[in-house]
Amino acid sequence: MNASTQTNLDALQQQAQVDIAAAADARAIEALRVDLLGKKGRVTDLLKQLGTMAPDARKAFGEQINRVKETLSGQLEARARAIADADLARRIASETIDVSLPGRGENAGGLHPVTRTIRRIEQIFNAMGFESVEGPEIEDDWHNFQALNIPESHPARAMQDTFYALNGARLLRTHTSPVQVRTMQARKPPIRIICPGRVYRVDFDRTHSPMFHQVEGLYVAENVGLADLKHDLQKFLSLFFERDAEAMFRPSYFPFVEPGADVHMRWGDRWLELLGCGVIHPNVLAAVGIDPERYSGYAFGMGVERLAMLRYGVDDLRLFFNNDLRFLEQFR
Amino acid sequence: MKLSEKWLREWVSPSASAQDIANKLNLAGLECEAEPLHAALPQGVVVAKILAASPHPQADRLQVCSVDAGTGAVLQIVCGAANARPGIVVPAALLGARLPNGMAISRAQLRGVESAGMLCSAQELGLAEKSEGLIELDLNAKLGMAIDDYLQLNDQLLNLELTPNRGDCLSIAGLARETGALYGLPVNAPEIAAAVIASAEQVDVVIDDSAGCPHYVGRVVSGLNPQARTPDWMSERLRRSGIRTIHPVVDITNYVLLELGQPMHGFDAARLSGAIRVRRAQAGETLRLLNEQTLTLDPRDLLITDGNGPLVLAGVMGGIASGCSAETTSVFLESACFDPVSIAHSGRRHKLLSDSRYRFERGVDPALQRRALERATALVQQICGGNAGPIVEAGCAPQYAAEISLRHSQVTRLLGCEIAAEQVPVLLGRLGIETELRAPGVWLARVPTHRYDLRIEADLVEEVGRLHGYENIAPRAYRAELAAFSPPETRRAVNAAKDALVARGYQEVVTYSFVDPKLQAQIDPNAAAVALDNPIADTMAVMRTTIWSGLIPVWQYNRQRQQKRARLFEIGAVYALDGASNREHTVIAGLVAGSVTPEQWSAPLRPVDFYDVKADLEALFGLDAAQFRFEAATHPALHPGRCARISRNGQAIGWLGALHPQRADELGISDALLLFELDWDALRSAALPAPATVSEYPSSRRDLAFVVEESVGAQALFDVIRATAGNLLVNVQLFDVYRGEGLPIGRKSLAFGLIFQDYSRTLNVEEIDAAVQNITASVYARLGGSVRE
Repeated sequence: MNASTQTNLDALQQQAQVDIAAAADARAIEALRVDLLGKKGRVTDLLKQLGTMAPDARKAFGEQINRVKETLSGQLEARARAIADADLARRIASETIDVSLPGRGENAGGLHPVTRTIRRIEQIFNAMGFESVEGPEIEDDWHNFQALNIPESHPARAMQDTFYALNGARLLRTHTSPVQVRTMQARKPPIRIICPGRVYRVDFDRTHSPMFHQVEGLYVAENVGLADLKHDLQKFLSLFFERDAEAMFRPSYFPFVEPGADVHMRWGDRWLELLGCGVIHPNVLAAVGIDPERYSGYAFGMGVERLAMLRYGVDDLRLFFNNDLRFLEQFR
Repeated sequence: MKLSEKWLREWVSPSASAQDIANKLNLAGLECEAEPLHAALPQGVVVAKILAASPHPQADRLQVCSVDAGTGAVLQIVCGAANARPGIVVPAALLGARLPNGMAISRAQLRGVESAGMLCSAQELGLAEKSEGLIELDLNAKLGMAIDDYLQLNDQLLNLELTPNRGDCLSIAGLARETGALYGLPVNAPEIAAAVIASAEQVDVVIDDSAGCPHYVGRVVSGLNPQARTPDWMSERLRRSGIRTIHPVVDITNYVLLELGQPMHGFDAARLSGAIRVRRAQAGETLRLLNEQTLTLDPRDLLITDGNGPLVLAGVMGGIASGCSAETTSVFLESACFDPVSIAHSGRRHKLLSDSRYRFERGVDPALQRRALERATALVQQICGGNAGPIVEAGCAPQYAAEISLRHSQVTRLLGCEIAAEQVPVLLGRLGIETELRAPGVWLARVPTHRYDLRIEADLVEEVGRLHGYENIAPRAYRAELAAFSPPETRRAVNAAKDALVARGYQEVVTYSFVDPKLQAQIDPNAAAVALDNPIADTMAVMRTTIWSGLIPVWQYNRQRQQKRARLFEIGAVYALDGASNREHTVIAGLVAGSVTPEQWSAPLRPVDFYDVKADLEALFGLDAAQFRFEAATHPALHPGRCARISRNGQAIGWLGALHPQRADELGISDALLLFELDWDALRSAALPAPATVSEYPSSRRDLAFVVEESVGAQALFDVIRATAGNLLVNVQLFDVYRGEGLPIGRKSLAFGLIFQDYSRTLNVEEIDAAVQNITASVYARLGGSVRE
């Protein structure tokens, strides 16, 4: 090894270190790597000169070149990493957004509170083994009244309560009980159904709407009595209102049940009448071809809007049918 | 109906407050509230007599009265009432008195004359909302007695709202029976003796229609004092039940109605001609009622008539010509039982409400008539004097309301709890129901006539349950097995469709099924709607044939409240006339207006259009989308150029389109609305998913743009491409529609991306070229479309 070779190596290393530090991007680093360490690179060239050296000098100089090579390789790598880090940091900075800007696109829609309430009622009764059944809203006198033991003289049949059509040949059902009648005619006991749907009465004020919704229920089997009804409705109220509902069953009168009852629930310091129910009147069973001596059953009915009003604290029934979006959107 | 607690207590008096009695009645099924008769009572007001009255020297309208208020001194009281005169007995508020309205009475100078108190009107004592003049009390009222004691003002009202089957409780007697049964107390009914017959005067009675009137009794009481006045105790009781005093005979019949539950009628006997006949009306007959209304009678109306024609619409309202007046000196008292259905129909037909109708249509004890007649006779004689004639009777009264066989096993079964067999006769006995054991566990129950509502075994079971107390029936948990059920998977659930629309930003609404016929005729003129016989309003007079009749007003309502955008839907029934009958089916309908998205910061708002809504519907169709077609068609409500009839497997099932500009104009709607409505039943069937194997081999895409005539729809191109591509084509996307520069006028370019793939291998170029070749040739041959280079 001679002095000039040594000087060359030192100069190369010094210059290389300056170049590496000055490299501005990944491409410049790669060019330096090729220039220094590539197959035709300057360090590689020096290695090629080893063959011309005396064996003892060859070993020492070889080690020296390899050291330089490793040093430069490490510096190139470090510089490349630094450049990549800086690039990434720049990119991130340039891609940073205002995460507090509002989201974009369609808002969620919503269900009508009546639907929401019916769904809750259905979920509870479906889980208790009641199947949901629907039926026509324009009914005839037999299904809406006669089959339900509502005699011709019953006040509910007066013109002021029932909407009629086709010169009295049809009426808008005043309850969903005709669906129970149709189902009892079509099936054999045991029958366990609920009938949600629209019903109509000639009445219009803050607490009455000419159209509203009911869910009625029915259970017909052998030996069904008032005690079963008490259990099932109590269970329903507790589940619906999500608390241990205190319910009072008070004798009442509906032509289609006997014994009949009103169910009241404690609401603060008041008792609220929530639904009507009872043991199905034998005339009703007989009218649909079910032997009242063999089978008995219970029936109940509740107003959906009333439950919704209590559940959500709505005090005006008409809000449900105005369909003011500012009201409806609060049920999303 | 309101009844006085003090009156009830004369009959039966449990040691319980009025509130407790009301609660007990409630629990037994008689809706009842106890409320004080008066919120505040007068203090220091006493019964007083005007001894003398002279005009006030300084005031025309005032009088200076000398008053005996039982104090031992004569008081000087200035009074402005027109009826103040010597001899009458009136309430006097003495110095230091306080009236219910808070007014305190102190010594006063009235226009220079000293007044030691105030004589009171009903209004001043809080007994009436409005009144004129002083209350005139009975002349024999005890002077100096506190007015609240004299009139028993410290009373509670029992306000009853009874179910229609419990007409038997619409009286003091009935309420007392029920209260007695609930508390296990005997009832002290007043003694009612048969009147001594002192006159032979009688009016004969004939019943032509015994179904309408099974029992009728009547009698003449003659020689009445026409100056008689209704005593304070009676008018006070009537007042508590909201009945005004009119004439002693009328007041007495009303009193008996409240006391015993028997509606009665008093005729001026001098105005009757010949026998009383109970019959149906004849066509064209008329009757002028007490309320001065003249009825044209219906042949189904039951009447009380005499030789001159109709007197009374039986059980509903009396006629003006035969009623009692200030000149009446002889009265014919009627006490009858009428068929509830007939009375209900007459009342309803003529829109007449009365206390009599209210009771008769709920039923009246069919054996009560004679007792009520004797009671009224005694009261007439007590108040008006006179001589009773013999009772005339037609028809007959039954002994029992019913005889019913009652099985203990049915009590257990229907109540779902065990009530001891020996308890049953005890409980029923408290209601006056006699039982006789006919076999082990079987009784024959004899129901008293006043419980005409009890007809069958189940009725008796309810009575047993009621007296046992519903609250004492223990809830019984499920004994039956749950019958598991699940709707078929291939039937789309309404809830799923609702959720799908909600997820796409739709708000569900619920609109009335009856709509404005004018609006509906504009948007659905060809449909025959079911009209209501008795609509509640002109704008709610016909059943909807399309839900658009409800959705459009919802948009208008919200638009008026500054809403600029809406995505509304409703699922419900629509109704149509079908010959002489009707049909109904469920549809799913929507209305979309405003911008495609809510207002936002990053892009200009674009109005929503046909294709946006079409995508919502396609999302609803789900896996079955390929079965649905949108074809240009016309609908009266929709824009003729932006209207699609939707069909499924060739069957028309609904519409999507923009509101017709002319309809929008007529309806005053300035926004572009999109409307859709689909038959729900046609939408319901849903394919069971049957996924094919997913290919592991790469797919190849070729893009092809076809230039076609404007009249060629995109659907036609899809159809040809799919039909001719062979089974290597797995997907086709329309990615561009172009008109304009480079294309002839009247032509457009549609660019499709075609994806080819095979399940078992990588496709080679030649195969794909062949398929593309096939497609382009077919598009040219069938649609005249050329490939745009």
